[in-house]
Amino acid sequence: MDSAFIIEKSVFIVAIFAITMVMAMYSTWAERKVAAFLQDRVGPNRAGWGGLLQPLADGMKLFAKEEFFPNTPNRFLFIVGPAIAMSTALMTSAVMPWGDKLEIFGRTVILQATDIDVALLYVFGIISVGVYGIMIGGWASNNKFSLMSSVRAASQMVSYEIAMGLSIIALLMMTGTLSLKEIAAQQAGMNWNVFYQPVGFLIFLICAFAETNRTPFDLAECESELIGGYHTEYSSMKMGFYLFAEYANMFISSAILAVLYFGAYNYPGMQWMVDNVGVNAANILGIVVLFIKICFFIFFYMWVRWTIPRFRYDQLMHLGWKILIPLAIVNIMVTGICILVFK
Amino acid sequence: MSPVLITFYFLAAFTLATAFLTIYSKNPIHSAIYLVLCMVSIMGHYLLLNAQFVAIVQLIVYAGAIMVLMLFTIMLMNLNKEDEVHKPRITRLGAIVVFILMSIVLITIFINSKTIMGEYDSSGEDFQSIKVLGKVLLNEYMVPFEFASILLLVAMIGTVLLTKKEKDQK
Repeated sequence: MDSAFIIEKSVFIVAIFAITMVMAMYSTWAERKVAAFLQDRVGPNRAGWGGLLQPLADGMKLFAKEEFFPNTPNRFLFIVGPAIAMSTALMTSAVMPWGDKLEIFGRTVILQATDIDVALLYVFGIISVGVYGIMIGGWASNNKFSLMSSVRAASQMVSYEIAMGLSIIALLMMTGTLSLKEIAAQQAGMNWNVFYQPVGFLIFLICAFAETNRTPFDLAECESELIGGYHTEYSSMKMGFYLFAEYANMFISSAILAVLYFGAYNYPGMQWMVDNVGVNAANILGIVVLFIKICFFIFFYMWVRWTIPRFRYDQLMHLGWKILIPLAIVNIMVTGICILVFK
Repeated sequence: MSPVLITFYFLAAFTLATAFLTIYSKNPIHSAIYLVLCMVSIMGHYLLLNAQFVAIVQLIVYAGAIMVLMLFTIMLMNLNKEDEVHKPRITRLGAIVVFILMSIVLITIFINSKTIMGEYDSSGEDFQSIKVLGKVLLNEYMVPFEFASILLLVAMIGTVLLTKKEKDQK
């Protein structure tokens, strides 16, 4: 392992961290702007041009606020809750392929922090652990509403993970690999997986909404029933971490959606670009294309949030267990038959 | 000492400590959280053995699913000291006997086990990859694999049956 490799990876990891943070920060701004647009308002427009400094002001406000501790015997777990939520939100980005490769000073730089064999399962593992942030924080708050919220979050996560996993199995049967890098490379040209797996994509999308706790599935922080759910008792930056983790999760799950189903960094004519303009130019354009796709999905999340009202809890469970899981199993069977017939 | 050995000692100490704390903590939620940490540290052991797939599955199944459900149940049940079931002395004795028998089995397995890593290393095959694992599971270990899946299916049907209301009770 040479030092250039270590420097390359360190720079890359720091860059991903910074980008995730900036994207999460500006997602809060975008959320307000989209909400304002959909409700025919103006939205934040005081701090900076078009309200662009608003996230910074919000961050300053959260840092400067009083740290309030509820009367709980578990102060340590109360602090651990938001920490878990934030760190798991940041960990998934390690296996994302942000682009194909760049050639810098004669070295081929692969635009991925690490390419492990089981990248997709790693993402699932981290997502499934992420719920502990909400559960532990909600329980340690020593508040009945928070406890209700953590119980809801746990059952919702476990229910929707099944359908999510099943929808991925159909995709894996086609790609034959768990490595996100290879899945991305297989979709070169317009060979996007969404054209072969439309049902799988739909199931995955719905489950992604549930896993990130976004409306219409934000039952864990349902303010009309549970005040603020798991973050009722939180204040200052601990509360900020929960909110931030939600937006970071949204960014990462948009990236997963783009990589798995929407061709990752591939765009039509990429091969032509590589042959005629150069590897670096083609791949930098690839990164830009990936980020455009990610931004579209983030916008989609917000669009849905301000369009569809929240589900009732029994409706949520009904959708998860009685509609999505059977649909995902049928999808696996149909995929299997198609693979058998056409290949 | 090599870095791998140091990591192993650290992980082993962590696993044992969290396992003991699981038993000794008075609060059931703390117990469950220590058990989660224990499960995650076992994942580290698998990674040291270069078994990526098993490590990630350990994280998904144990830390991500089973322990989430266990915490969920504990939070719902609201276990207090007063509600604790009185345990007669005979059950404690039974527990000790079962523990000793279990230890004997584990120790004999440990003594009789052979290290097969060398063999795999010399075969030159990437034995940690999922493709090889899948082939081995569905060729050499086809029958036990199918039996295990039937066992899981039966357990699943049993659970569904338990939750179903009987018709005449309506």
